[in-house]
Amino acid sequence: MSAILIAILVLLGLGLVFGILLGYSSIRFKVEGNPLVDQVDSLLPQTQCGQCGHPGCRPYAEAIVNSDEAINKCPPGGQSTIEALADLLDVEALPLDGDHDEDPVKAVAYIREDECIGCTKCIQACPVDAILGAAKQMHTVITSECTGCDLCVEPCPVDCIDMLPIETTPNSWAWPQPKPGVELIATDRSPGIALEGKA
Amino acid sequence: MNSPVKVHSFHGGIHPPENKRQSTGAPISAAPVPSRIVLPLQQHIGLPADPVVNIGDRVLKGQLVAEAIGRISANIHASTSGTVVAIEPHAVPHMSGMPSDCMIIEADGLDEWVEHQGLEDYTSLPKPELIEYIRQSGIAGMGGAGFPTDVKLHLGDDHIVNTLIINAAECEPYITADDMLMRERADQILGGIEIIAHLLKPLHIMVGIEDNKPQAIRALHEALDDSSLNIDIVIIPTKYPSGGEKQLIKLLTGVEVPSGKIPADVGIVCQNIGTTTAIYRAVTYGEPLISRIVTITGDAAGHQQNLEVRLGTLFKDLLDHTEAERDQLYRLVVGGPMMGITVDNEEIPVIKTTNCLIAGTSIEMPPQPPAQACIRCGMCEQVCPAELLPQQLYWFAKGREFDKASHHNLFDCIECGACSYVCPSNIPLVQYYRFAKGEIRKEQEEQRKADHARLRFEARQDRLEREKIEKEERRKARAEEAAKAQAARKDAALTKTAAPAAEKASGVPDLKQLKSNAAIARTKLKKAEKALTNAQEKGLDGIDALQATVEQLQQKCDAAQKAYDDAQKAPAAPAKPAVDIKQLKTNAAVARTKLKKAEKQLLAAEESGSADVDSLKAQVAELQQKSATAEAAFKAAESGTTVPTAAAPAIDTTELEADIKAMQAKVDKAEAAWKAAVESESPAADKMAAGVDKLKGKLKDLQDELAKAKVSAAPAAPAAPAVDTSELEADIQAMQSKVEKAEAAWKKAVKSESPAAGKMAEGVEKLKGKLKDLQDELANVKASTAPAAPAVDTTELEADIQAMQGKVEKAEAAWKKAVESESPAADKMAAGVEKLKGKLKELQDELSQAKGATQPAAEPASEPTPEPLDMKALKQQVSIMRTKLKKAEKQRTESEGSDPALDAEIEQLKQRHDEAKAALDAAEAELIAAAAKEGIDLKQLKIDAALARAEVTKAERALSKVEDASDKSELEAALVAAKTQADQLSATLERFTE
Repeated sequence: MSAILIAILVLLGLGLVFGILLGYSSIRFKVEGNPLVDQVDSLLPQTQCGQCGHPGCRPYAEAIVNSDEAINKCPPGGQSTIEALADLLDVEALPLDGDHDEDPVKAVAYIREDECIGCTKCIQACPVDAILGAAKQMHTVITSECTGCDLCVEPCPVDCIDMLPIETTPNSWAWPQPKPGVELIATDRSPGIALEGKA
Repeated sequence: MNSPVKVHSFHGGIHPPENKRQSTGAPISAAPVPSRIVLPLQQHIGLPADPVVNIGDRVLKGQLVAEAIGRISANIHASTSGTVVAIEPHAVPHMSGMPSDCMIIEADGLDEWVEHQGLEDYTSLPKPELIEYIRQSGIAGMGGAGFPTDVKLHLGDDHIVNTLIINAAECEPYITADDMLMRERADQILGGIEIIAHLLKPLHIMVGIEDNKPQAIRALHEALDDSSLNIDIVIIPTKYPSGGEKQLIKLLTGVEVPSGKIPADVGIVCQNIGTTTAIYRAVTYGEPLISRIVTITGDAAGHQQNLEVRLGTLFKDLLDHTEAERDQLYRLVVGGPMMGITVDNEEIPVIKTTNCLIAGTSIEMPPQPPAQACIRCGMCEQVCPAELLPQQLYWFAKGREFDKASHHNLFDCIECGACSYVCPSNIPLVQYYRFAKGEIRKEQEEQRKADHARLRFEARQDRLEREKIEKEERRKARAEEAAKAQAARKDAALTKTAAPAAEKASGVPDLKQLKSNAAIARTKLKKAEKALTNAQEKGLDGIDALQATVEQLQQKCDAAQKAYDDAQKAPAAPAKPAVDIKQLKTNAAVARTKLKKAEKQLLAAEESGSADVDSLKAQVAELQQKSATAEAAFKAAESGTTVPTAAAPAIDTTELEADIKAMQAKVDKAEAAWKAAVESESPAADKMAAGVDKLKGKLKDLQDELAKAKVSAAPAAPAAPAVDTSELEADIQAMQSKVEKAEAAWKKAVKSESPAAGKMAEGVEKLKGKLKDLQDELANVKASTAPAAPAVDTTELEADIQAMQGKVEKAEAAWKKAVESESPAADKMAAGVEKLKGKLKELQDELSQAKGATQPAAEPASEPTPEPLDMKALKQQVSIMRTKLKKAEKQRTESEGSDPALDAEIEQLKQRHDEAKAALDAAEAELIAAAAKEGIDLKQLKIDAALARAEVTKAERALSKVEDASDKSELEAALVAAKTQADQLSATLERFTE
């Protein structure tokens, strides 16, 4: 009889201890907000361009996490972002939504400065404060800060903002993907320049 | 050769054909000075150097031409003397084949050295200064990567350097530059090692050298005999890629440099043997890095040898020098056959890292056979010196699974090409790795940028939020302040206005209230009466009840009316008589109309034989009484208050009155003079009498004018006072005629020298006084009725002035005549003329004042306020002048008869109009000038113009896009409008900028 009593007491005691422990840790290590939103947000390109239909990257991340928004609505991120998101959320990667280019060319805004009238409209539109200028002063884009989101182009009253593709320099150049083996056997190969003239 | 150091081994490696013997046959010879030197601004890892010479400058050999920017960068020096002809993109030895900025120097052939001197004793120099000295020499790793050497020499500061390894392995086939260097300049190499050892203070110095260079090893040993340095020359077996940094470290020390770390992290520093020579030459002779040993080899290269080549020499020049067989040349490779790059352009310069140039024939360097599928043979894994899994990496790279590739330590791949070399399927494995690395770097860069953008975006959001809150707070504070201020004002106003408000409450509003009460009562009564008559006509029931209500209403109406009347009578006298008089007048008029209506009603009632004729009659009687009382009250008020009411709006008529008074005074004086003349029996007396007559005529004229003024003022004022003034006028006229008659009688008496003349004169004076009184009264009445039409008054004043001028002229003429006839009265007359002139002046002043007063109400108030109001005032003045002028002209055309006074008036008006316009223009011009000076308007205009232009371009674009005809016409219209606007704006802009 006493053995049963002891067993019950021990179990009760254990339950109490673990209960207190769990209760405390749930308060002590409480996670503020949804960490998944942060993770999704960190995968998005942060152009804040709104092409996904949400007012910025974080709202899109929240929509993906909380309201099952599709993951294929980020044209600046392209397919690689979609894949990363699919990986993270363990869903199927979809092709990019809408009629966007397969591989969008990265561009930065450029203000044709002698046409700028200093209206500050583009400054207000820029989500990352990459445009420098003041009222009735010529504006310019800080190229290194520009995310190429296009948002400044529309508000310009004199259409003096161009989106220029970022030029490849020898330093930013990277090797292209080798052509996969289309010429499986030697006779597939065309004679080629090398064998034609110079050899 | 029998080294005490144990040689370790590294994984993998291959043994390609060495092909080194071809180029070691001849000693190092100097390449000729080329005609043109092309110095890429980036020949090293890090930031490109910044040019410090200008195009057109002459530079000497060894002169600094481009300066290092930042820590990881290297100086660039001219490698021969000449002129800088361009700094422009030019083909460089780079994997991408893309052009890059280069400084192009046209050599002058003199090869003139800049003044240079080595350090006498570098050991006496502090280390940082010595390192800086080496940095100034622009030395970068000459083994292949081109890492700025000075950075490596700093490593002693924050790392413990146990071992210094000098890389003399030169494992790549074909290349013999280091081999020949060691054979010929072993002393320089040791000198360089000494300097590096001095800086890094390593415990152990090792030179790693492959066993396929026995001559070099011998040369090094010989040199070492003369040196105090404790150096181990370690001979390692020939195996590619033993010259790789990490591989060599593994070979010599057995230590593996961990992934992602640099050798310094394990206490080891590696330097290429070419670099040590460069350091030695820089420190000992002061020669910067301007040349290097380049192996020219390959079956198509002609004389295969090592050349000491100036940096910037084009491959073309080198191949020309070695008499390359261009027809045999199939592939030109910079660097070794394993890690070098194929170039398709001979116009590429030698840079600091160019150690070899292979001009291969098609047999020597056949094209890469096509890649086959991977057969998973695993040979690549066996040869990989970095112990990676090339096959896996290949799959990952091909499948773009870059994450997995990274996890498989892709970045530890040294791209040595051993795997590709052994691949039986000829898969370009290294290219896949390079591609994967590039993609991963790109992704990392994008991630970094995204994080940065997120930070900036969040900072911006925070800022906007903060600003919003601040704005809100400011707005609240402002609102509170405003509320406080308003409350304060209200309190003040309450205390102030308490009294007048109370007064008003007791006075006017009460009256109004009463009146409206009475009116309401009356309308009710009328309705009831109508209903009653209707009922009576149709013989309906309930007539009695209706009659009762009518009576009740009648009583109420009467009571209300009575109350109103009482109230009216009570405040009739005090406070504001002008208002009261108006009130009274209207009351009287209302009473009269009411009476009339009542009478009509009565008549109608009598005709229809209505029963309540009596009540109506009583009403009419009452009304009559009321009307009478109202009129009486009005009249009483009028007579009692005429003088005070005249005060405020009297300016115009008082002027006229003053004229009249002055005229009368003149007349008096003239008469007195004339009397005196008569008394002294002057012969001029007759003439003077004529003058007096004329003056009187003028007085009459003036009075007529006054009358006219009254008449013209009359339509503005309501009917009643017109009667009064006409009466007054009639009185005045009668009085005047009396005066005239009395004067005539008096004159006659004087002529006949009657003794009654004096008395008569007194009578005349009295009459005149009466006349004056009458005229005063008239003026007052006019003043009370006139204020509506001040413009007319000024014309009157003008007319007065005209008349006055005529008088002055006449008086002057009379005076002249008197003088001519030597009259003793001439003096007096002169005084009279002077006075007249004074009056004329006064009149003119008055006129100008009156003119000022004709401008809307408060001219004196608007005068002190500055420009903006002035502009308005001026504009108004001009428009007023214009209207006046038009009116006057109209008057002239209407009157038809050529009235000189009117003409003069018009002239004057025109003049004034012109003046006002001129003033306005001047003010405007001034304003514009001021605005232009401030530049605000200009900018604004510019902006407007730019906007308009943009509008035009937008419209044009839209037009070009649209094809639909209907839309097109609309758009075209819009375009035209935009264009005209833009044109206008630009025209204004031009005018301004002029």
